[in-house]
Order: sequence, then C-alpha cells, then structure tokens
Amino acid sequence: MTVAATIRIQEPDFDVAQEIAALSKGRTDVGAVVSFSGICRGSEQGEPIAALTLEHYPGMAEAEISRHADEALARWPLQGLTIIHRFGRIAPGENIVLVVTASAHRQAAFEAAEFLMDYLKTNAPFWKREESARGTSWIEARDHDDAAAARWTKS
Amino acid sequence: MKLKYFAWVRERIGKTEEIVEPPAEVRTVGELIGWLAARDDAYAYAFEKPTVIRAAIDHAHVKQDAAIVGAREIAFFPPMTGG
Repeated sequence: MTVAATIRIQEPDFDVAQEIAALSKGRTDVGAVVSFSGICRGSEQGEPIAALTLEHYPGMAEAEISRHADEALARWPLQGLTIIHRFGRIAPGENIVLVVTASAHRQAAFEAAEFLMDYLKTNAPFWKREESARGTSWIEARDHDDAAAARWTKS
Repeated sequence: MKLKYFAWVRERIGKTEEIVEPPAEVRTVGELIGWLAARDDAYAYAFEKPTVIRAAIDHAHVKQDAAIVGAREIAFFPPMTGG
C-alpha cells in the first residue's frame, strides 16, 4: 500500500487530538502512533515574550516538507504521516507545528517523527520573530539544531 | 530572474522580491551575492556576512557555488528557525 503524507502549511490553529485520531481511526494495521507538538513558549532566553510571528516561503515550504516526508516514508515502514506547520502571529500556549507518524511498531514511528522534526527545524523555510517589551527581533538559529539534523545523514 | 528575500535579509534590503539581470560574468550564487552587495548600502548591509546567507534556486536549497544559469527564482534568507 502506498502511504501518502498529509502536509498542511496554514495560518489557523489545528486540533492535535483530532489529527492523531485521524491516522488510526477505523484501522487495524496501525500499532503505534507518535506525535510531536511544538508549542509557543511564553519566554525566550529567560525573557517573557508577547508572541512569535512566523514568516515562511510559500511554495518552497511545501516542497521542502514534501521532500522530507517522502524520505521518511522511504526509510521507515509508516502507515500514515501528518505534518502541519503554522505561519503568522502565534501567541504563547498556541500550537506551532505538529508531526504525527503511524506504524505497525513503535520504533519506526518514534524515529521518523524525530527525523522529521530535526529536518523541519533546520531545512524548512520558516523564520521566527519574537515580540517582547523590548520590541521585535529575529530568533537566531542554533548550532545544536544543525547537529541534531546531521546525525540522520547516511554515511 | 526573480529574486526573493526573507526575514532580516528582506528587511535590510527593503523589498520582498525583484527582477534582476546580472551580467554574464556573474555565474554562481556566491557571485550573485557579491554583485548585489555592491549595489548600495542596503544590499551591503543585508549581505555583510555572506557565509551566513542561505540560498534556494527554484525552491531547493543550494550552496553558494551553485550555478545560477537557467534559474527562474533565487531566494536569499537567514538560517531557518522553524519547527
């Protein structure tokens, strides 16, 4: 069976429970569902923030996430895959990103979800800007995110 | 070719996109960055640290030694911070 990933780049919020349920509903071949939700924190580097604004590159964001979804589907025996990434202004406590993987067994679901998040962090064309009492500033990329993505590269 | 700018690269240049026709000797992404940086202070500021700048040709990440011949759309942006 060919598994097609569901990929959505959207401004509105999404319902995590509903997205998780959708991958296993009415099926008996799925034995494991792993989900990762990225949520907007109320502080950045110890400073309170009012909101994040995510800018993205329309067209490339879809293309880049699709490429990594295809790679995950080729590397792990997944029965289902959903990736949602929001853009626009996001308040503390709101969802930013969701990855849900479904597989017969847990290891594939765990690994594929972690692989996808590591690549979304460093390769998906999104940029976060924080709003705080001191004004707005772009959040800088972190070296440890690059290191996390690099460990999935086949040698 | 069309150029697109994102995040602080866009803010420093003051445009989201533009059409440019670089001279024939500008062959790679890195050379295009150098050509743009020489235009005025805004571009020079955006590209002041060329090694930090990431680029994509027609929606795919490329390195700065990538050839620009045949490109329809080239984008410049800072390292990504999504997820």
